[in-house]
Amino acid sequence: MMQTDLQTRKRRGRLGRDVQTKLGKTLQAYFDDVIKEGVPDRFKDLLQQYDERKDKGTS
Amino acid sequence: MAVLEPSVREAMLSAVPSLRAFAISLSGNVDRADDLVQETLLRAMANIDSFQPGTNMSAWLFTILRNLFRSEYRKRRREVEDADGSYADTLTSHPEQHGRIEFEEFRKALSQLPPDQREALILVGASGFSYEEAAGICACAVGTIKSRVNRARTRLSELLAIDSADDFGPDQSTRAVLSAGGRR
Repeated sequence: MMQTDLQTRKRRGRLGRDVQTKLGKTLQAYFDDVIKEGVPDRFKDLLQQYDERKDKGTS
Repeated sequence: MAVLEPSVREAMLSAVPSLRAFAISLSGNVDRADDLVQETLLRAMANIDSFQPGTNMSAWLFTILRNLFRSEYRKRRREVEDADGSYADTLTSHPEQHGRIEFEEFRKALSQLPPDQREALILVGASGFSYEEAAGICACAVGTIKSRVNRARTRLSELLAIDSADDFGPDQSTRAVLSAGGRR
């Protein structure tokens, strides 16, 4: 019985590896859309602008 | 101070996607998350001299972002938390890729975790940090991170009512059928 397995695992305070794997995959899939967007231009520009300022010798 | 070393700039940029995901999970809001990332990068560039070459750039940036969020959060504590967040809106715009119901449920479950547990789970489970690195980012003991991640996983599996991988089906109806018909 799965229920008994779950209770056993809960008593031991850990989850089965299959559940951990599934949670991990869902967690990653959940953020997948953001990750796939890569680096938005505003951040590339930000680093670029920093370099250009430094190049002009403001320091 | 010189211009950024190309390798440093590369390392910073390659950390951005997972930094954004982390920031979204902290703030629950894409716009605020991107502001946090922007502020993190600005602060990192201003303090690039204190970055030790050869150490983990990503972990360093996550630490800065987390500290920024914490201090901002303390300031804004009295404001209404965007618990539901607008991240849901970005998700529903891509419903065909994943089961929407599953994600909506997952988002709710995630938002019900205590912040410390959610943060630990995301650092280890989604951002790819080791327990040791996550402990460094959160300025706590490795054992603390381990127990937070464990509690987060246990709580999530309870909230989502999964006790085996088979239960976490592609959609709710499948799961309903599974639990109604007795599994396996």
